[in-house]
Amino acid sequence: MTAAKPKTLYDKIWDAHLVEEAEDGTALLYIDRHLVHEVTSPQAFEGLREAGRAVRAPGRTIAVPDHNVPTDPDRAAKLDSNEESRIQLEALDRNARDFGVHYYPVDDIRQGIVHIIGPEQGWTLPGMTVVCGDSHTATHGAFGALAHGIGTSEVEHVLATQTLITSKSKNMKVQVDGTLPPGVTAKDIVLSIIAKTGTAGGTGHVIEYCGEAIRSLSMEGRMTVCNMAIEGGARAGLIAPDETTFDYVRGRTHAPKGAQWEAAMAWWQTLHSDEGAHFDKVVTLDAAEITPVVTWGTSPEDALPITGAVPDPASFEGGKVDSAKRALEYMGLKAGTRLQDIAVDTVFIGSCTNGRIEDLREVARVMEGRRVKDGIRAMIVPGSGLVRAQAEEEGIAQKLQEAGFEWRQAGCSMCLGMNPDQLAPGERCAATSNRNFEGRQGRGGRTHLMSPAMAAAAAVTGRLTDVRELA
Amino acid sequence: MDKFDKLTGIAAPLPMVNVDTDMIIPKQYLKTIKRSGLGKALFDEMRYLDDGSENPDFVLNQPAWRDSEILVAGENFGCGSSREHAPWALKDFGIRCVIAPSYADIFYNNCFKNGILPIALPQAEVDALMEEARKGANARLAVDLEAQTVTTTDGREIRFEIDPFRKHCLLNGLDDIALTLEKAPAIASYEDRVAAERPWV
Ligand code: SF4
Repeated sequence: MTAAKPKTLYDKIWDAHLVEEAEDGTALLYIDRHLVHEVTSPQAFEGLREAGRAVRAPGRTIAVPDHNVPTDPDRAAKLDSNEESRIQLEALDRNARDFGVHYYPVDDIRQGIVHIIGPEQGWTLPGMTVVCGDSHTATHGAFGALAHGIGTSEVEHVLATQTLITSKSKNMKVQVDGTLPPGVTAKDIVLSIIAKTGTAGGTGHVIEYCGEAIRSLSMEGRMTVCNMAIEGGARAGLIAPDETTFDYVRGRTHAPKGAQWEAAMAWWQTLHSDEGAHFDKVVTLDAAEITPVVTWGTSPEDALPITGAVPDPASFEGGKVDSAKRALEYMGLKAGTRLQDIAVDTVFIGSCTNGRIEDLREVARVMEGRRVKDGIRAMIVPGSGLVRAQAEEEGIAQKLQEAGFEWRQAGCSMCLGMNPDQLAPGERCAATSNRNFEGRQGRGGRTHLMSPAMAAAAAVTGRLTDVRELA
Repeated sequence: MDKFDKLTGIAAPLPMVNVDTDMIIPKQYLKTIKRSGLGKALFDEMRYLDDGSENPDFVLNQPAWRDSEILVAGENFGCGSSREHAPWALKDFGIRCVIAPSYADIFYNNCFKNGILPIALPQAEVDALMEEARKGANARLAVDLEAQTVTTTDGREIRFEIDPFRKHCLLNGLDDIALTLEKAPAIASYEDRVAAERPWV
């Protein structure tokens, strides 16, 4: 007998969840956790009702409103201001209760962005399969869980069957060696990766992030990296669980306890790529070479070191020449302008990429002894009610408000402008979210993606700023 | 699920790369709780001017392409969010087939669930079809899923690849959920096995 073929982390999780696999590779994959929000689920629940079907595993299904909810301090009053949003929120409320799934309504302190509360509540555990009708489900990969976005028809399929019809992706490894220089964070890592591989570089693959720089990240930082796996085109991102992961999970509400914890740990410790496992694609970065980056265009791959300048569209190739021209026009930028000379009028700190407690602490650190520049609209939107409460307890909330930030309730907020928080046409925003697409933060709004520290620096000076120079 | 077998129609050229789902249907239209009626909002920001009138420069507003049923586009089509509203909008407008060098995964999947055929072809073939599409109603493309071919007006046949299971479901308009529910016993036995092996899940 020959030794078993070495497996990647992805192979192991995949194999552990196969209900069946046909010869042509079409597989039925079991889903451990299904997260549901108000925007991509109404049609799915409606489909169940029409067909007279039930939710197969309500105990594995978690619903929370996040995209549409106003984030004003008195948001209850604002809920009625948009008729369509209210209808969607009511639909989720009715569906969650009718079908008996776990539910965190708007007025529950545990409410928040779906990808923040899953880990926070201990729903997301190593080795699980996690899906949600939302592309940033990749976030949960930080725990070594196979997590990815699905469409509404698939949401309905998972609700009805607790499985997904899918086929296996290829394995890709992104290795970040070495140590990060000061002032450089998880967000800079992932933007640099996407700048290198392009927004389609991961298409058809599940990425495992590894290397010393990744291992050294906190869970919050790892979630930031995996969150944007989808921006690199990958189906999912993964980081093998280790002590950092276990420390984060231990004691969470829905994490296993006692003997179950021991049993879980025994399995979790096997969740890593074996020596010699095959990767179809490998990308390596040196952490020492990563600098604070910002995006200049309308695709997350349009990222450059803050010390750089707006590129000339002619310097690109193929279809990218026209899209860069279009991006510069949309962004109101000229080739050759120093990135640090670009003035912003809005600063948005929040989203499932960077709305966790560590992100807010980072902002507080940069803001120490500093103020938001006059005339800049700067808002902080905690990713969940619990993150908000913790920041208030640590005194961060008060400091940041004194420094000139608006302090909001939890939700997606200005990450996508489906709620009242939006950019006006032509407004320019330093944002910690994950997408700089045209119109993403409001029609005609201009988005520059960056880390929380860099966004805080922009709030201080009113322009894109190298946070290392503030220090 | 809707069937797709054959289609002969006008193809609209959209020579852009990385067409994201926010472009296909911006978020203000995601507030619906229905699947229908999104066609009027397809490509909203490119299709309408600030005053709400049609932008005469946008391809789908021009007489030759108003009735397009096929879209020819650049690489990485449908990247970005998982919103199924993107294929719902395409379909409600009347687009039944997209031809591009590559697609984002989730969008690609979502197409099949809605009777839309996404065809991936090498860049050179897409470039040639883009030229054809520029001729508007004078160059209808014929798509045959069974034969896996796209045929141009001058009779040139281009073959495309497609996953056999997806092809089968699309050709027959099969409902995924009903198919999977037939496998309930296999799902239940998986659940039993895992309840013993990984009881904490
Ligand atoms: S914060 Fe932004 S990216 Fe995250 S789930 Fe909400 S809308 Fe999507």
